[in-house]
Amino acid sequence: MKTLEELKEIRDKMQSQVSMRKEDHARTRILVGMATCGIASGARPVLQTLSNLVQEHHMTDRFTVIQTGCNGLCQYEPIVEILEPGKEKIIYVKMTPEKAEEVFQEHFVKGQVLEHYTLASADAQ
Amino acid sequence: MMKEISLHILDAAENSLRAGAHLISILVWVDEKNDRLTTIITDDGVGMIEEVLLRVTDPFFTTRTTRGVGLGIPFFRYATEIAGGSFSICSEPGKGTKVEAFFSLSHIDRMPLGDINSTIETLILCHPDKDFFYTYRYNESSFELDTRSFRSILLDIPLYEPEISTFIKEYLRENKSEIDGDATI
Repeated sequence: MKTLEELKEIRDKMQSQVSMRKEDHARTRILVGMATCGIASGARPVLQTLSNLVQEHHMTDRFTVIQTGCNGLCQYEPIVEILEPGKEKIIYVKMTPEKAEEVFQEHFVKGQVLEHYTLASADAQ
Repeated sequence: MMKEISLHILDAAENSLRAGAHLISILVWVDEKNDRLTTIITDDGVGMIEEVLLRVTDPFFTTRTTRGVGLGIPFFRYATEIAGGSFSICSEPGKGTKVEAFFSLSHIDRMPLGDINSTIETLILCHPDKDFFYTYRYNESSFELDTRSFRSILLDIPLYEPEISTFIKEYLRENKSEIDGDATI
């Protein structure tokens, strides 16, 4: 059984480290639609994939994964919106955990937008 | 349509969050003796007046402006009813809302509980300013995760810090597995 005693130990270890967090306005926000339409289309594993990857790669100081509601584009769910300060909003549609991993590698790590997964490209078809 | 009860729980909790809740309690109770699976989601959000409450299980009713249907609650209710269970929702303006879903555990049409740990984890880690009180009960044994007690230990360290979120994930996984022996529910 895991207990809160362990949590105390973790806290004591962490308190010795001075955390250097970037101010909120400098971060890129990743919005995952988690209304009924999003959840039913598989948003939970997409969200988990993104937040796990950001954590595993120690990028929580640059990226924040946030849940959002429904914006009426239910047929395109799961939707992931990328809001990077000073840049145009990128909307990725019909995400899966696999596509989300690709978005992480190409977009978050290398800064390359995956056009073929965006709403703009889905609309053009 | 949802494939798991845990997704319905997530959906109901998202409603609570949109209702401005600060504390959401979630109970999942597997009771083999009485052949029952109970899930209860209680929040301290804005609540609903009776007129709204009477219409929430109507799929063509929603308070949203982005789309004209609201399928979350009707789906949840339907999932209980096809599986020999029942569904109830009570609410009081200014006090909060309680969503109760009862399933007949062994019913052939009962959807699986699914990945409940992911639901709880997702809720806690993506809503660092909200509190969650989760109870998982399997027959006579149970465990709890109360973010309020986590917070009282952590003070200013946020729950989404990698070390803490890893602890939360392991806490859910290990304790659930210890209690239900990883039974398929």
